[in-house]
Amino acid sequence: MTHAESHTGLIWKVFGILSLITIVEVFLGIHKPDSLYLTHFLGTSLLNIIFLVLTLVKAYGIAWYFMHLKQEKAGLRRAIVWTAVFLICYLATLILIEGNYLGDILSSYTKWNY
Amino acid sequence: MEATIATPDVNKGAWTGGGKEPLGASYGKMMMWFFIVSDALTFSGFLVSYGLMRFKFFDSWPIADEVFTHVPFVHGHYPMYYVAFMTFILIFSSVTMVLAVDAGHQMKKNKVSLYMLLTIIGGLIFLGSQAWEWKQFIGGTYGALQLQDGKIVQFVNADGHQVALKDFVVKSNSERVPHTRSNGLWFVKDAGAVPEFTVSDVVKSFKANPEINLRTEQIDLATKKKVILSRAEANKFLAKATGVVKGANLKVNEYGKTLFADFFFFITGFHGFHVFSGIMINIIIFFNVIIGTYERRGHYEMIEKVGLYWHFVDLVWVFVFTFFYLV
Repeated sequence: MTHAESHTGLIWKVFGILSLITIVEVFLGIHKPDSLYLTHFLGTSLLNIIFLVLTLVKAYGIAWYFMHLKQEKAGLRRAIVWTAVFLICYLATLILIEGNYLGDILSSYTKWNY
Repeated sequence: MEATIATPDVNKGAWTGGGKEPLGASYGKMMMWFFIVSDALTFSGFLVSYGLMRFKFFDSWPIADEVFTHVPFVHGHYPMYYVAFMTFILIFSSVTMVLAVDAGHQMKKNKVSLYMLLTIIGGLIFLGSQAWEWKQFIGGTYGALQLQDGKIVQFVNADGHQVALKDFVVKSNSERVPHTRSNGLWFVKDAGAVPEFTVSDVVKSFKANPEINLRTEQIDLATKKKVILSRAEANKFLAKATGVVKGANLKVNEYGKTLFADFFFFITGFHGFHVFSGIMINIIIFFNVIIGTYERRGHYEMIEKVGLYWHFVDLVWVFVFTFFYLV
């Protein structure tokens, strides 16, 4: 291993950021402010979009700094990240569109009175 | 095998072609990445199918805040706190793991073994917490009634907070026996234990308590709260009740959709299994560090590879946490 210098400072910094994001997520998750929770944005509520973005930031922190993707060669990094991101987005998009359709159809047939 | 051979040169691995490493990654590291990407796709498949069902039942899915409300040694309604603690533990064990990798780069054996030990302890705490969370979920909180068509109805007080069955149901002294195959429906394998209350007890007690209301699984899309029925409607619902439900399992779930319980057990169980294997691998590597295997080999790359797996488990939890508890 050529890089023998220590990165402990950076590691604790990343840990601090990840913890902070988790705290913000939990705070929003417990309080669910109506101004975010009862909104419609991109097919879901603004609050859910915030959760998704924060989750992706956390995933970035873990992959780049803890899994050392930042230090890998760009080719390896792209082979991993682009492949996974493309396939997951593809899968999620198609399946969730399908789920939305199923929900729309099903809700008109579900009865809530007897 | 490798543990007994000291290989000072990383390049003399399984790659052929004159020791050239494709993309600057050793064979073991590359294979770990192959595994991680494919495992990530497996988890995405699970989480996306969970998403499919959530979108399908968008107007009746259980609200996670009302399901996971327990904290050990404390009574009351504390949504999210415990799972936040679990997330924190897992992130922290990721930090100790990456510190172990960092210490490995500097060939500091004692530091590596200390950080590995802390990582293992973090993993064990997480796994124990998950087991506790499962126990709460299986045991249930309030109890509910199941209707003929499988829907769940719950009981709430005037403030709209859920009320446990045991707090208002008066038991009648009817004698009940567990069902066995020999003296009933032979094709019903195992009906399980007899629930604490009978349906008629619950219905009778509900009618005697005018301050208690019935809540359906249906979500009012404007307020994103479950719909509470009027007394007249509630009686019509109760006429269709067929069973008392306490807790959750793969067949029935007092919090609402059984699918929610199925996915919860399957996905967190699969993740927990990954944590378990991670702990096992970490323990093996921990002992290898102690007996000096990597010191003799001349590098601590094995810590890095195991670390990749451990961080991946953390990465998956970040998504499980979001999709099961937050969104």
